[in-house]
Amino acid sequence: MKNVWKPQIVTANRLTDGAIVYLAGDGNWTRSIGRSLVANSEREAEEILATANAAVTACQIVGPYLIEVSLEGGVVRPVGTREWIRAQGPTVHPEFATEPERAAA
Amino acid sequence: MPLIKDGTIVPDSWRTVADDAPLPPSDPVIISFARWQKDRDALAGRNGQLGIRLSSAQSPALIADDLHRFQLVALEFPKFTDGRAYSYARLLRERHGFKGELRAVGNVLRDQFLFMHRCGFDSFEVANERSARGWAAALQAISRAYQPAAEAGPSAKPLRWSLSAR
Amino acid sequence: MYRYDTFDHTFVRERVRQFREQVQRRLSGELSEDEFRPLRLTNGLYLQLHAYMLRVAIPYGTMSPTQLRALAAIARRYDRGYGHFTTRQNIQYNWPTLSDVPDILEDLAAVEMHAIQTSGNAIRNVTADPFAGAVADEIDDSRIYAEIIRQWSTLHPEFSFLPRKFKIAVTASPRDRTALRFHDIGVALTRLDDGDIGFDVMVGGGQGRTPMVAKTIRKGLPKQHLLSYLEAILRVYNQLGRRDNAFKARIKILVHETGIEKFTALVEEEWAHIKDGALTLPEAEIARIKAFFAPPAYESLEPLPLAYIEKRRADTAFDRWVRQNVVAHKQAGYAIVNISLKPDGGIPGDATAEQMEVVADLGEQFSYDEIRVTYEQNLVLPDVRLTDLYQVWEALKAAALESPNVGLISDIISCPGLDYCNLANARSIPIAQRISRRFADLKRQHDIGELKIKISGCINACGHHHAGHIGILGVDRKGEEYYQITLGGSGDENASIGKIIGPAFSSAQVVDAVETLVDTYLGLRDGDERFLDTYRRVGEKPFKERLYATH
Repeated sequence: MKNVWKPQIVTANRLTDGAIVYLAGDGNWTRSIGRSLVANSEREAEEILATANAAVTACQIVGPYLIEVSLEGGVVRPVGTREWIRAQGPTVHPEFATEPERAAA
Repeated sequence: MPLIKDGTIVPDSWRTVADDAPLPPSDPVIISFARWQKDRDALAGRNGQLGIRLSSAQSPALIADDLHRFQLVALEFPKFTDGRAYSYARLLRERHGFKGELRAVGNVLRDQFLFMHRCGFDSFEVANERSARGWAAALQAISRAYQPAAEAGPSAKPLRWSLSAR
Repeated sequence: MYRYDTFDHTFVRERVRQFREQVQRRLSGELSEDEFRPLRLTNGLYLQLHAYMLRVAIPYGTMSPTQLRALAAIARRYDRGYGHFTTRQNIQYNWPTLSDVPDILEDLAAVEMHAIQTSGNAIRNVTADPFAGAVADEIDDSRIYAEIIRQWSTLHPEFSFLPRKFKIAVTASPRDRTALRFHDIGVALTRLDDGDIGFDVMVGGGQGRTPMVAKTIRKGLPKQHLLSYLEAILRVYNQLGRRDNAFKARIKILVHETGIEKFTALVEEEWAHIKDGALTLPEAEIARIKAFFAPPAYESLEPLPLAYIEKRRADTAFDRWVRQNVVAHKQAGYAIVNISLKPDGGIPGDATAEQMEVVADLGEQFSYDEIRVTYEQNLVLPDVRLTDLYQVWEALKAAALESPNVGLISDIISCPGLDYCNLANARSIPIAQRISRRFADLKRQHDIGELKIKISGCINACGHHHAGHIGILGVDRKGEEYYQITLGGSGDENASIGKIIGPAFSSAQVVDAVETLVDTYLGLRDGDERFLDTYRRVGEKPFKERLYATH
């Protein structure tokens, strides 16, 4: 392998309310990035993306994609400003931060 | 693909013929603009109805002088978001006075029926069965119009008018 | 203002029913997201960074107290208690659920509002002068023609799948308060030789990746031909506009690539076929619409009532607010009141449900039942008696709406940026907040004078950065937010496109950079020159030198 594998998770918006969700270990879609299922290889990433695409067909979610995360200290954190803002809510409204992020803060 | 004409799903009496395939002597056929350009003179003696299919990059101005030769013009919607054929349809009806069958082909979906119909299309090769079944509902969804379109002409419509009066 | 009749009510309710059914088909899986997207977009519904976003049209920026209260109620019931007024006289809700949207649209329909064509590749909400009807220098009320265009463009069967979005603005005043020349079509009312009303039509303006100032395509178009001429332009564009590249699909690119002479010829040729056809505007229809915009029953008042003068003298804060936010009215004894939605450190254009209700009450009590929205993301009470100004100001103050900063450095246009928007590369709002805090000192702001800062979080330029005296564009540099500065843009009647001054600044540096530019201007200013005047006089050099020597 040419590149060092960087862990990934899959995210999307929930169809009914547009909320940001992540695919969790139990196969459900969770609001909490901390509960997301981490792909540790390219094959695992393909698998979780396939699961996500099935959820698109089942009208649960919209527009799934993989994002890179860091796992320092056992905490799942997205890499990059955009995904960081998605995970925690608009920075101009700290009161809207999602529950788990607020707890972590 | 289901074909809608006069509001109902009907069998298609027209056959689209590939550019290199031989033309049946008398069945109604739809040919491409390329074939029309190539075989124009040869087609003069043909006994049978002739239709032409234009891509969304081909303006009906290309066939304006030959319109009397066609009983059907099919306009393509390669994607339903490519709206060029709405203008082409109106031009064919309102500018060039085309009275034959004006067929929408390609990515033709339920939620575009009303717009297409108002621009002068009267037959629809629909992308799927489910869309085709929604025909009546789609046409009845909105009963008011804020502008005349291809319905204008001899009995010109005012700016605001009731579509149910058509 | 315009009121729906049975025809309009029927139409809008049918449209809501149609969308409710489309949402059902989406939720049931009959429609895929690809098929549903254009349907929801033509009803103003986006899927943004965090959630769905619903954009509601406020046609030409005019609304009644009842309508504004309904907008407040929607914010409270279906959203998070606030709304965001946009640069195209719309309001956006950031948190509606898909399943609620049909109900929201139904609530809007009940007060004669909708979200039709606030997005998608169709003719968007038509904008007009927010001071229409109240200023002395206008030829006629621009909203009459904006309403006529609004109706014609609504679910236009031919122009609902254009190559790209299409924005039209109308103004009737030599002072442009609509950013007319940055629209796909700008319609300027003019007085024809025979004394009748006509239009100068401009085409091909826009911002985005390739900013362009609109060019005149026809001068002195007689008013009965307004719609046929617009239809001719749209028909040419619909057929020839580029569909191979979304960034090159706006009409400005077609006009630019074709050349204005040839483009004009194409439009004129098309128009010759349709000019006396079914779109000819009957006098009776113009009169019908005009009647809705008849001026209110103004009282004859003293031009400068003593009580008002004394209040201004006695209360310096009130006086400062009047000087900055209140504009002369055509009617003696009245004033146009700008309500700033740009408090210190606030989010430009945001208003809470409570604030909307306060403004609705003021509109009802003091401004003949009308409220306006400006493209600069503020609100307006167009017809207030001078003797009522103090009371209005006190009510605004109680709702934190009294910022006396309209047109000043803290009156910033900002797009939602990466805090909300799926397309953004960088955040915009926090930059606006930090600039407004940096220049919080009102005395300093007033000393700086008119200075328009406009911030966009990406090259789509929703924050009009190209038209900012100081424009700020957020860019992504290896995952970090950077900000590129342009100088010398203007969205008014002397429209110009700002020029990039040099390398971008980090988020930490950008507010200091703005301050350096302001200080440079103050050092160079001649008399009462505005920032833009000084820049136009001296050019970019001194600004650039100082900026990059310091930072």
